[in-house]
Amino acid sequence: MFYRENGQFKTTYRADQQIFPITQDRWVILALIAFAFVGVPMLVDEYMYRAILIPFLILSLAALGVNILVGYCGQISLGSGAFMAVGAYMAYNTYVRIDGMPLILALLSGGFFATLVGIFFGIPSLRVKGLYLAVATLAAQFFCDWAFSRISWFTNNSSSGSVSVSNLQIAGWRIDTPLEKYLFCLAFLVVFGLLAKNLVRSAIGREWMAIRDMDVAAAVIGIRPVYAKLSAFAVSSFIVGVAGGLWGFVHLGSWEPAAFSIDRSFQLLFMVIIGGMGSIMGSFFGAAFIVVLPIFLNQFLPWAGALVGVEISTATISHSEFMVFGALIVWFLIAEPHGLAKLWSIAKQKLRLWPFPH
Amino acid sequence: MAFFLEALLGGLMAGMLYSLVALGFVLIYKASGVFNFAQGAMVLFAALAMARFSEWVPGWLGLESKFLGNLIAFMLAAVLMYALAWLIERLVLRHLVNQEGVTLLMATLGITYFLDGFGQTIFGSDIYKIDVGMPKEPVFLLEGVFQGGVLVNMEDVYAACVAALLVAVLSLFFQKTSTGRALRAVADDHQAAQSIGIPLNKIWVIVWFVAGITALVAGVIWGSKLGVQFSLTTVALRALPVIILGGLTSVPGAIIGGLIIGVGEKLSEVYLGPLVGGGIEIWFAYVLALVFLLFRPQGLFGEKIIDRV
Repeated sequence: MFYRENGQFKTTYRADQQIFPITQDRWVILALIAFAFVGVPMLVDEYMYRAILIPFLILSLAALGVNILVGYCGQISLGSGAFMAVGAYMAYNTYVRIDGMPLILALLSGGFFATLVGIFFGIPSLRVKGLYLAVATLAAQFFCDWAFSRISWFTNNSSSGSVSVSNLQIAGWRIDTPLEKYLFCLAFLVVFGLLAKNLVRSAIGREWMAIRDMDVAAAVIGIRPVYAKLSAFAVSSFIVGVAGGLWGFVHLGSWEPAAFSIDRSFQLLFMVIIGGMGSIMGSFFGAAFIVVLPIFLNQFLPWAGALVGVEISTATISHSEFMVFGALIVWFLIAEPHGLAKLWSIAKQKLRLWPFPH
Repeated sequence: MAFFLEALLGGLMAGMLYSLVALGFVLIYKASGVFNFAQGAMVLFAALAMARFSEWVPGWLGLESKFLGNLIAFMLAAVLMYALAWLIERLVLRHLVNQEGVTLLMATLGITYFLDGFGQTIFGSDIYKIDVGMPKEPVFLLEGVFQGGVLVNMEDVYAACVAALLVAVLSLFFQKTSTGRALRAVADDHQAAQSIGIPLNKIWVIVWFVAGITALVAGVIWGSKLGVQFSLTTVALRALPVIILGGLTSVPGAIIGGLIIGVGEKLSEVYLGPLVGGGIEIWFAYVLALVFLLFRPQGLFGEKIIDRV
């Protein structure tokens, strides 16, 4: 009833090609962003920031990056954790080693180095594809794991092998409280989200999608596979690298290479698949799902156990978490292989006809 | 020279074990086009089952003989792997026919999580021992040729023999039995196989069962070497470069790839490792496979990939 585009005539190409052509969409998104900046800080407590909101924001940024590579360009990558690690460690090094380095510049330089590494490990994609490529990108993962734990230059010769960042500030504004951290991450996410959305609907985004759908045909119609694939690797690993920097600097504060292990890569890939491949919106859905699910299970399982009168030990809980997580993933893939974004678009379609579907 | 030979032999033995795990991957990929990430979890699950059954069975049946106890435990574990294969086919694969490769890959990752949790819930999560009576003491060979001889771990030799035996049995099964022929037909072309009356669902159960058995054997061997613990799942990650080196679709590729990777890892660790700080065997295999892929994208023995528009 309320979600109709009747009467919204587009008189310019500009109006026709905007990100949200439907007025209601525009208002909802603007309201959502305003709510995230203003409403959320009034509602939630500190635990909520630390456990859910900040991880959600940073991981959706990372998922966004992975989605560009996997969802839009069709190059399966299991090395995203490594690119996050590169972003975090190189941001750390530029931040610590160069005096007076602004925080944002340090994070971006982390992204820059992640881009270089991403392009390097993207070179095999020119020769191999599909599952072979997935395994090949694991090389990046294991190599970076090794490099960051064995080469002491990266950790600034710290004896314990872990690095820590404190005293985050931008032009005199100190980022201490969870609220400030949240706003900082949110700002990054909004900027990069807009950037990514615009990239994927530009010429380069269409090239990526052509490569994904059929690379030989794309090459035939004059798309350079080298350029398209490597640019996807570059953009993706830049975003993932920045997310890695945020994860280390803002969320963790101090970290070890294990924070960016292969499990992180799998987690990011799960987000993309569950959220919906080739959908910016889907990255957010997927990240929310994967971040909230373990926390929910952690709370829910003891409660469910108590309900049927079974005392569940902590070890059993963590194992059952694995089980339920795995089962849910499989169930989800069976029920909706195109991810949450597909459900979203179905809901939108339904809503347009509601309440008179015929 | 003796040192080199020792490293070479050690690498070959380790490589044999890698190829055992890699074999499971290749079997499933050939028959169903599924890249089975759960192979590592299956190794752990099977090893856990074997370890715990061999503890429990003598108590249940009042057996004295250790050999009999191990045998029954092995049988029970095999039955369990069959049940697992059946369940996976019923609950997962059947519903995901014709999905993209990456969706199937993710589904097997889901299975991995499930199996990791499930196995440790019912079998416990401590470190368990499997004792199938493999000799532990090392022996010296070729003492007449080199000073001090070449140190060989008898355990590794037995393990390699078992692995070789399993490979031989599998290739006989594939070449000589009608089921094996059906499996090869399915691997060649799903639709053609179906049209001449080969039941795809049954074939998938069989092939996951066979992969389960190789996982069980790999689990028993690795488990008796290292103890049955969660880190066994990482064996699968070590075996991945083997299959891309050998080719995803080739059984001989899995074996030869395994040997190459095993030797490469060992030699690089011994000769290259000290130069860069050690621990390089984790990524060396991957980089080796990666460099190799640049020249032969389909692996050593994989079918040539032909792209058509």
